[in-house]
Amino acid sequence: MAEKILMKGNEALAEAAIMAGCRHYFGYPITPQTEVAAYMSRRMPKIGGCFLQAESEIAAINMVIGAAAAGKRAMTSSSSPGISLKSEGISYMAGCDLPALIVNVQRGGPGLGGIQPSQSDYFQATRGGGHGDYHLLVLAPSSVQEMADLVFQGFDLAEKYRMPCMLLADGTMGQMMEPVELHERAGEAVQKPWALTGTEGKRRPNIINSLALEPAELEKWNEERFQRYDVVRQKEQMSESYRMEDAEICVVAFGIAARVSQNAVDAARAKGIKAGMIRPITLWPFPEKTLKSAAERCRSFISVELNMGQMIEDVRLSIECKRPVSLCCRTGGMIPSPDEVLSAIERAAEGGK
Amino acid sequence: MEAKRITLFAGHYGSGKTNIAVNFAMGLARKGKKVALGDLDIVNPYYRAKDSQRELEAAGVRVIASAYANSNVDVPAIPQEMYALTEDHGSYAVADIGGDDRGALALGRYVPAIVQENDYDMLFVFNRSRPLTRDAQSALGILREIEAACQLPFTGIVHNTNLGRETTAETILSAIPVAEELSSLTGLPLRFTAARCDIALLLPADMGEIFPMELQKTIW
Repeated sequence: MAEKILMKGNEALAEAAIMAGCRHYFGYPITPQTEVAAYMSRRMPKIGGCFLQAESEIAAINMVIGAAAAGKRAMTSSSSPGISLKSEGISYMAGCDLPALIVNVQRGGPGLGGIQPSQSDYFQATRGGGHGDYHLLVLAPSSVQEMADLVFQGFDLAEKYRMPCMLLADGTMGQMMEPVELHERAGEAVQKPWALTGTEGKRRPNIINSLALEPAELEKWNEERFQRYDVVRQKEQMSESYRMEDAEICVVAFGIAARVSQNAVDAARAKGIKAGMIRPITLWPFPEKTLKSAAERCRSFISVELNMGQMIEDVRLSIECKRPVSLCCRTGGMIPSPDEVLSAIERAAEGGK
Repeated sequence: MEAKRITLFAGHYGSGKTNIAVNFAMGLARKGKKVALGDLDIVNPYYRAKDSQRELEAAGVRVIASAYANSNVDVPAIPQEMYALTEDHGSYAVADIGGDDRGALALGRYVPAIVQENDYDMLFVFNRSRPLTRDAQSALGILREIEAACQLPFTGIVHNTNLGRETTAETILSAIPVAEELSSLTGLPLRFTAARCDIALLLPADMGEIFPMELQKTIW
């Protein structure tokens, strides 16, 4: 067992990426994720890896495309406005079926917004962000330990399904310091017969491309990709349930909002309200099976988010609007307090909204 | 520890400088001293001395920090008022320096006045649980980088090994040999060991000066 050390979320995810075999990092600084690039710039040269500060976010994501096409574990990281810039490249990666890890340590928006934490890129992450029909695998850590653990899983899932994977954190997750235990672990060995590794005159060239000359061909690619997405939806939904056994009021929250909400659930229980929480770990695929089955027992749902209400749409869709769903939210870099969440739980328990 | 007129806390990134500086300033204020706390951190966007501004000011500590600290913009600014640290000789001054050599650059501007007055302590905060300071040699490397960046040599070491909420007395005790090795490598005295109040009570009485700290509570 590795000894625990104290790490920032941004440092933990960077070290985890290195341990997961990532040797190609391309980035551009932006608060609150700059420590990822700073950490990589110190570590990569020592282990024969490549750290490159690109001239822009757009350049960085295109470098990730190149490294991923060559079959390497590649990653980039940024924060909200930078992810918008990378979105064109992310769409191309989806269109080329390339696996890679993209980290978004979210800050307030829209526009330049602010540097304080936010979850307002939920739509962007789960609905695509760039153009075209595609999905990303979206993982939402809620502790520094999970920032590291989900990096390993993210790379594995991305390669298994040939999809880009986004680690969707927020400024608090990136900046907070907590004890972590990092273990070397063998990732699933995925063969990449599609990678551009040089034919050595022994095989036909591989082609990685998102342009289809024939409309029918593009349609077929899209349909095949969505068949793969169906498998992901079936097999890869992840969530954590807290005090849900007999819960009547179900709080749904991810990331830092889940950390706050867990305290509110405990406070509600102390007041005799049967509250529980479902914490989605995968935001895409959304844990709709868990939500749907909770709707059979819970009479009311509350979506707690650091945005104006984005995940709430997936909560309603998952439970097919069978129960009322209310919103408890703060934005602009503000975080809901446990008391605010508790009040929302009390209102829901009284049958109000 | 008898406080000099100016006490500066510098060290590696995430070593715990801010918590120590805040508690050190509070301690002086509680003894009835006039004291100012300067937030010289130009590196961290979140979790700064300014988080404790209300408690500090309630205790009578003058807090000097950038108007942009904890705001929504990322401007590594230091206010003009910061000169009070070196110019107001009637007040104790405590400074929280940003992490690593990059953070310590900001101190350089004040070093000539600090050296001229010559009534200061420059303390290296050491946390063995941080990934880049797991042994004394690594910590020594960072210590020298900081000195080179700000042009002020350290005068002592503060031992602050911790694992956040999971800190136990054993966390601290097991790191003492490394802190002592750092002390002998540098020839700098180990001034005190910092620990959260409840853990400080569990440390043995013969281990030198212990500095109990109140830490900011989080909502998660």
